[in-house]
Amino acid sequence: MDLLSLARGPALKVALVVFCLGVTWRIVGFTLLRVHRDLNKPRASIAKFLAGGLITVGSRSWPHQEFIGRTGAGEALGYSYHLGLFAVVLLFGPHIAFLGSLFGVTWPGLPSSLITVISVLTLTLFLAVLFRRVTNPVMRMLSNFDDYFSWFITMLVIVTGLAATAHIGAPYQTLLALHILSVDVLLLWFPFGKLMHAFYIFPSRAINGAILARKGATS
Amino acid sequence: MLHGHHGELTVGEMLRRHGISRRSFIKFCTAAASAMALPPSVGLAMAEQLRQAPRPSVVYLSFQECTGCLESLTRSFAPTIENLIFNIISLDYDDTLMAAAGEAAESARTKAMQDNFGKYVLIVDGSVPTGAGGAYCTAGGRSAVDTLREAAKGAAAIVCVGTCSSFGGIPFADPNPTGAWPVTAIVGDKPIINVSGCPPIPEVITGTLLQLVATGKVPDLDEHRRPKVFFGNTIHDRCYRRPFYDQGKFAKSFDDEGARNGWCLYELGCKGPTTYNACATLKWNGGTSFPIESGHGCLGCSEPGFWDKGSFYAAQSAAAWGKAGEVSPRQVLEVTATAAAAGAVIGAASAGVSRLRQHRSEQHGIGRESKGDE
Repeated sequence: MDLLSLARGPALKVALVVFCLGVTWRIVGFTLLRVHRDLNKPRASIAKFLAGGLITVGSRSWPHQEFIGRTGAGEALGYSYHLGLFAVVLLFGPHIAFLGSLFGVTWPGLPSSLITVISVLTLTLFLAVLFRRVTNPVMRMLSNFDDYFSWFITMLVIVTGLAATAHIGAPYQTLLALHILSVDVLLLWFPFGKLMHAFYIFPSRAINGAILARKGATS
Repeated sequence: MLHGHHGELTVGEMLRRHGISRRSFIKFCTAAASAMALPPSVGLAMAEQLRQAPRPSVVYLSFQECTGCLESLTRSFAPTIENLIFNIISLDYDDTLMAAAGEAAESARTKAMQDNFGKYVLIVDGSVPTGAGGAYCTAGGRSAVDTLREAAKGAAAIVCVGTCSSFGGIPFADPNPTGAWPVTAIVGDKPIINVSGCPPIPEVITGTLLQLVATGKVPDLDEHRRPKVFFGNTIHDRCYRRPFYDQGKFAKSFDDEGARNGWCLYELGCKGPTTYNACATLKWNGGTSFPIESGHGCLGCSEPGFWDKGSFYAAQSAAAWGKAGEVSPRQVLEVTATAAAAGAVIGAASAGVSRLRQHRSEQHGIGRESKGDE
């Protein structure tokens, strides 16, 4: 079995199984944890309680007016590379073919050359994000292996993908195999590292917002 | 490295005897050089080298194959098959092309091998079955594997024509019922050139032989022992549909608007990006067209194990597990749903354990507090 057959065959299957198992394990495990009952009298109606949750999902997704000068650049950086990643993952022809082979659904994509430009921009932003993490004393103190490895594996997927498209460094078959293998590693790591924020981020904001709304506070 | 046929003339002497002028010979060499994507000046150098080169004796053995490679060879335009076998080489044995048969043919082979021991070029077409003591392929009462071992001993170089002799090909594909192997698995001590393809492009076969005779040396080879001059680039690198790949314009089926507009066939399973061959430049039938130009994706036939690399119609980036090499969305759903269900059970169990621990520690704490109160 050659490297490409391994990458898109058994390795991909194992990675998908671990990904699905890990993600549901963590979500279900987290959801069923015991929550201390709030014995205080609710300060808001059920409608306000639910609305508080939804509003917080939106309000926490935008820099707070008061701190925009300090956090705006970081948030812009974060949004930009996330949008870049979405475009590259979901709108590149071969990726659509890959996802189509898994789920049986395809959709129109963007020109490959445009995807290459977006990938290079995303890669640059990724380097900027790492630079910020390393140079900012507070962020550096807060960072651990999980942060750096999650960054590294995502970066590796972009780099190998670009190399495969541009045929740099090795034959296309080898580069494509390395690209798919790096995706396999990402899927294996996803449920157990901070990449899980993809699933946690909005529910956690909603829960925080709802709890605060019940106490009569806005967030 | 190559030596002339026993008691034979050089290529130049042979051409003179046939009344072929220097001018028309240079024309021929320039055409052959351009077929190899070499500059015209190389044609002149090649003509001079060829003129002085000895005509080597060639023994062509056919084993477990379909004769498609030889069919392809007979359609060579530059050089033509008759020019090759009458002027450039001395084809002393080929059981399909030669008029002789039976013992007469076998004795011609034995004589050529004895007279030119250590000097002849051995061409092998077809894989070599080793199962059942080699009984799956015999000629003249001898198994292919025995014949190959004997013929390889006195060969100066071996040229494997076709994917079967180069990499095992279709007979080698899973489950390989005849125990077929490529030549490289049987012979380890001779220079081997693989001219893969199912079949190979005729000009790639003749061009490789021409280069071998002209230089007397094994040409530069890639990691699969294929001549770099023909196998240096992928089909995708030289494909005229490449701009559509770059623009993200892909045909989704063989009869849609994209297919009619000649868009890239990547999503229809074209193996061009991973296939090294000269189809997109030399093309077939004297440069008429090649599979992608005719509207079908490349099958990747010049690559090792091409028959076992999944469906010809699944994109290269597509997921591929299971026997047939393809995976259906239903299979993916079954696998992922089972994994998710298992994850949910583990999650619920871990939450249960956590609750139990909390409950116990609270009870333990309450007990301690009440003791303290007393």
